[in-house]
Amino acid sequence: MKNEKKWELRLYVAGKTERSVTALANLRKYCEEHMKGQYRIEVIDLLEKPQLAEGDQILAVPTLVRKVPEPIRKIIGDLSNEEKVLVGLNIIPAQSIIE
Amino acid sequence: MTREKKTKKIDHIYKYLPKSASGISGLDEITQGGLPTGRPTLICGDAGCGKTLMSIEFIVKGAILYNEPGVIMAFEETGQELAMNVASFGFDLEQLQKDKKIKIDHVHIDRSQIEETGEYNLDGIFIRLNYAIDSIGAKRVVLDTIENLFAGLENEAILRAELRRLFSWLKEKGVTSIITGERGNGMLTRHGLEEYVSDCVIFLDHRVIDQVSTRRLRIVKYRGSVHGTNEYPFLIDEDGISVLPVTSLGLEKQVSYEKISSGIPALDKMMGGKGFYKGSSILVSGTAGTGKTSMAAYFANQACNDGKKCIYFAFEESPRQIVRNMKSISLNLEKHVSKGLLRIHASRPTLFGLEMHLVSIYKAIREFRPDVVILDPITNLITVGGMSDVKAMLVRLIDFLQDEQITVMFTALSLNATVSEQTDEGVSSLVDTWLLVRDIESNGERNRGLYIIKARGMKHSNQVREFIITDRGLDLVDVYLGPDGVLTGSAREARKIEEETGVALRDYALNAKDREIDRQRKTLEAKISSLKNEFESAEEQLNRIYNEDILRKQVLSKTRDQMTKIRRGDEETGTAKIKKSKNEK
Repeated sequence: MKNEKKWELRLYVAGKTERSVTALANLRKYCEEHMKGQYRIEVIDLLEKPQLAEGDQILAVPTLVRKVPEPIRKIIGDLSNEEKVLVGLNIIPAQSIIE
Repeated sequence: MTREKKTKKIDHIYKYLPKSASGISGLDEITQGGLPTGRPTLICGDAGCGKTLMSIEFIVKGAILYNEPGVIMAFEETGQELAMNVASFGFDLEQLQKDKKIKIDHVHIDRSQIEETGEYNLDGIFIRLNYAIDSIGAKRVVLDTIENLFAGLENEAILRAELRRLFSWLKEKGVTSIITGERGNGMLTRHGLEEYVSDCVIFLDHRVIDQVSTRRLRIVKYRGSVHGTNEYPFLIDEDGISVLPVTSLGLEKQVSYEKISSGIPALDKMMGGKGFYKGSSILVSGTAGTGKTSMAAYFANQACNDGKKCIYFAFEESPRQIVRNMKSISLNLEKHVSKGLLRIHASRPTLFGLEMHLVSIYKAIREFRPDVVILDPITNLITVGGMSDVKAMLVRLIDFLQDEQITVMFTALSLNATVSEQTDEGVSSLVDTWLLVRDIESNGERNRGLYIIKARGMKHSNQVREFIITDRGLDLVDVYLGPDGVLTGSAREARKIEEETGVALRDYALNAKDREIDRQRKTLEAKISSLKNEFESAEEQLNRIYNEDILRKQVLSKTRDQMTKIRRGDEETGTAKIKKSKNEK
């Protein structure tokens, strides 16, 4: 139970664009690598549910929102830079990049 | 009424460029109808210059007055904060949101929460905006302040491309939008937003001159439309923003032939008998203590006596002071105040900037609807603004008052006589009537001389009149022309006395002469009668001699006859006759 709830991620996209597909693929890849079985990804297509954009303060797409654990973190872009995503999600500490 | 007017105006311009009335007082006049419909407008300026308020007023007025719902996308403040901020202007954002008239979407950007990796676009904002617009059928959009995106996002290249896309999208969407931006170094906005918004740019400025702040607005550009290019002062007060354009740039004003008395009959007489034209402007200038305020008070008093309403804007004295001081020249202003005909507004010029003064004057006038307005003195306003600012303000004011057919009297203090010959605050060319009260100094005393320098459209006297202030009030003394010109003060009195003495002396002299003549006549008459007597006696004498002569002749002839008779023979009868006649004699 605890493991399942450790990472709750939400990916906001606007339609099935190349960029959103890339982002989702990247995200899946990192999650499988680093937190297998401990995450849940929810994909929200804003073209279908525009009213949800305001709640999570979405400006850009694609945006990945880490709902859990708190605090909320946002990563925008196609998530092509693995290190940045992992740091952003606080999966690896920021120091490791500097080192 | 006003709305009808505005729609008409827009219809007229529609052929060229559709405009959406902002509902902000004054702005629509400057832009000749409002902001360009369906296009973005940039409002830029320093912090605290009123960008946000202006844009919110645009939305609120649009929703209330023109039935055009609006979306506010706030990048700085939350909906609640915004609502609270503008509540003091009487804008109820909460209620408007409930009524689906407006929608506020707060965009929160926290850089610490955001990590960027790879390509992205701002579809999130597009979608939110689109959703907000569609949900209430918005016609107006405000993005306040979209530049905050630059602080929140790193990739400027993407951002700029996206902004360009956003503005063209807004145009496509057909919403009239306002984008606000903070002023940057050497640029209108910090991030060069003006580059994207090229249809209409309004620049707001908030300047502090001599510790007094003035807000100004300028339309930097407005594509496809004529617009006022000047800097227009505006202010923010409890009713929101008011921009003060020179209400009519043309000079197509109503004129009146009606006259209004100055309260001083002699002065009225100097101007053709009835006083000033209604709706005209009168400047009373003069050095200190020449009775400008008294004159203004007289005018106010006269107006109130005629049942007209009057507002007295005092920049030097408090209302009570004025009432008290005017009592000393037997002017009871108090009764007019209590009757509600006279209102005295006193404020220190330094209390606020010129524009604020002007607007408070506008407001008071709009509310009270007076027939007569008095500003005493306008010179004090110079402490707040420069000469040119004051002039600009007065131009506006005169314009406004002429439109409303209100007669206005300004008083102006001139520091010395030579300045007064020039222009006081440069308004002398604007006013219709200019009265100058001047000190005339001579013989160690100071007297007041009043003259009419100009009075448009009226025959007026060119005479310098002495102007006196006594317990009984103001009056113009009858002109006293001496050998050296007009005499004033004690010189006039002295001359008067002198002349009176002259008259008495002359009278006396005349009497003496009369008597002399009388006497002479009498002597003459006496002489004539004595001569007559003499003549008579002479005549008598002559007569006597003459008669004696005749008698003698008769007697002689008789005796001769007798003698002859005697010699002839009949002596007795002849002698007897002579004896007889001799005895008779």
